[in-house]
Amino acid sequence: MAGAKKKSKNAKSGAKRGGKAAVTRETLETYHREMLMIRRFEEKAGQMYGMGLIGGFCHLYIGQEAVVTGLQHALEPGDTVITGYRCHAHMLAAGTDPRVVMAELTGRADGVSKGKGGSMHMFTPEGGFYGGHGIVGAQAPLGAGFGFANKYRGNDRVSVTYFGDGAANQGQVFEAFNMAALWKLPVIFVIENNQYAMGTSVARSTAVQELCQRGEAFGIPGQQVDGMDVLAVHAASEKAVAQCRADDGPVLLEMKTYRYRGHSMSDPAKYRTREEVSKVRQERDPIEYVRDLLIEAGHADDNSLREVDKAVKAEINDAAEFAQNNPQPDAAELFTDIMAEA
Amino acid sequence: MAELTVREALRDAMAEEMRNDADVFLMGEEVAEYQGAYKVSQGLLEEFGARRVIDTPITEAGFAGIGIGAAMAGLKPIVEFMTFNFAMQAIDQIVNSAAKTNYMSGGLVNVPIVFRGPNGAASRVAAQHSQCYASWYAHVPGLKVVAPFSAADAKGLLKSAIRDPNPVIFLENEILYGQSFDVPDGADHLVPIGSANVVRTGRDLTIATFSLMVGKALEAAEVLAGEGIDAEIIDLRSIRPLDTETIIASVEKTNRLITVEEGWPMAGIGAEISATVSERAFDFLDAPVMRVGGSDVPLPYAANLETLALPQAETIAAAARKLCG
Repeated sequence: MAGAKKKSKNAKSGAKRGGKAAVTRETLETYHREMLMIRRFEEKAGQMYGMGLIGGFCHLYIGQEAVVTGLQHALEPGDTVITGYRCHAHMLAAGTDPRVVMAELTGRADGVSKGKGGSMHMFTPEGGFYGGHGIVGAQAPLGAGFGFANKYRGNDRVSVTYFGDGAANQGQVFEAFNMAALWKLPVIFVIENNQYAMGTSVARSTAVQELCQRGEAFGIPGQQVDGMDVLAVHAASEKAVAQCRADDGPVLLEMKTYRYRGHSMSDPAKYRTREEVSKVRQERDPIEYVRDLLIEAGHADDNSLREVDKAVKAEINDAAEFAQNNPQPDAAELFTDIMAEA
Repeated sequence: MAELTVREALRDAMAEEMRNDADVFLMGEEVAEYQGAYKVSQGLLEEFGARRVIDTPITEAGFAGIGIGAAMAGLKPIVEFMTFNFAMQAIDQIVNSAAKTNYMSGGLVNVPIVFRGPNGAASRVAAQHSQCYASWYAHVPGLKVVAPFSAADAKGLLKSAIRDPNPVIFLENEILYGQSFDVPDGADHLVPIGSANVVRTGRDLTIATFSLMVGKALEAAEVLAGEGIDAEIIDLRSIRPLDTETIIASVEKTNRLITVEEGWPMAGIGAEISATVSERAFDFLDAPVMRVGGSDVPLPYAANLETLALPQAETIAAAARKLCG
């Protein structure tokens, strides 16, 4: 089996920030704008939740923006992405109009799932994103199934399969690892290690905390990546994608990241200190990092960045407006889409 | 017409659909090199190769999920469970990932997949290997559930299931695998999902049942005929959607109904049919609907206790006598 004789490929990279190969101004601006878009979207979602406009469970991505942004830019059309319920950012990264994402959060007719899925269940096949799954870890075999389909069809597309540090302890994740490695499926397993499975820290839940080692027993090479550094994420993702496209089987990326908000809106996050959160925000914020790079390189200044933020906020406000004014689904929608028509 | 066993009919259905559609493939434990734990996939590896007939490790949740993911990606997997008892390991994937995704996505992502394998009691394999899952899966919107008796229906329904754009639970029966029936010739023999079949007409009472119990009911009907009781037997074939029209039309004629299933009576298929008939044909009933089911116990191993726990022809006949008495 591939990798069985190889030495462990686990390596810590991206531990140091900066020192990256030349990145174009355009790339930095794109990352900055897209990460800002996710953050402002999620901040707005948090506000709207507080106003009672969004119901149920609502898991925000604030703090983790670099992961989905850096990875998405390593993908091509035909590649697919799947994740758990913390999926708003993945929808936006897949190119979905923020209006229909926000309208799904408010449960309205023009929500991307017609208001039937909500915050945790959104899909955009045309953007290559397949949900939005609510049972922790269940998306790991599903993502392996997308890899299986690519292999079956003999194309060189890859399946990006995200899950969290909590899901990393689910049994079926290992079942998926085994078959993905056995059949050399083109799957990039991405552990978004934000340090907390709801309120349980990795230290309290996980015997060996280096999650990048989780694939070793299956010969799946793993790499730990600074998930707060979009450039490091992108570089590691490009390498992983190339490996998968070359038919080398699955790879595992552990993105060390951090969520600033609670697990969901109902979580006051009493399992960690305020100081811990503010330290990460001050020292490792993924958006501030790119902002600094833009300023240092002379590509931007406070004024120009303020303009970017204004434009992003305007787009998010428009989405929020749309999502609040859009009608609820027609009562007849209750009984549609239960079965697909032949 | 050709005489085929249920086992052969199922194999032919898969082979024909695999010839017909390159997106159809079979995966499961022992389906390829071993030719199927019950030899249902005999010859498929040889004809279609290891790319399309895939042995999996013993990892039901994992390969069910991989099948569902492949279906979301547009392939048409047939996932064999060595028995449905083992599918309990995978029931989260079947219910949460396969059944609900079309709805949760507002129709953007459908899951064309068949989960098939033997269901219910076999012979002397005790409690953990002898459960009927018909009512478990029938409970779930987003699934179709079929449970054929004859080889002709097994073939025609499996072909329909493979072509269906939705997840279909295909409940087979180990004891039926070796039984022979006439099967129409040709690759265009399809049986639509959702239609029951009146396998014996009669005027005194209706027996609604499915899978192996159709045979038991037919035996019982022969005995009853000798006693002057003329039973009509409905082979439900599909559990979800349930062909309530056929059941009600029969009850309107016979005015008496017995349901027979191998599964436990609590919240079972018989309970569902009884409720439906009470709601929709109450005025036609001359007697309460009677349920015959497996005893409300984990299935015992001892031969005599196992026989006692499962509906037999005589159990059905006794119920009919009581109902018509």
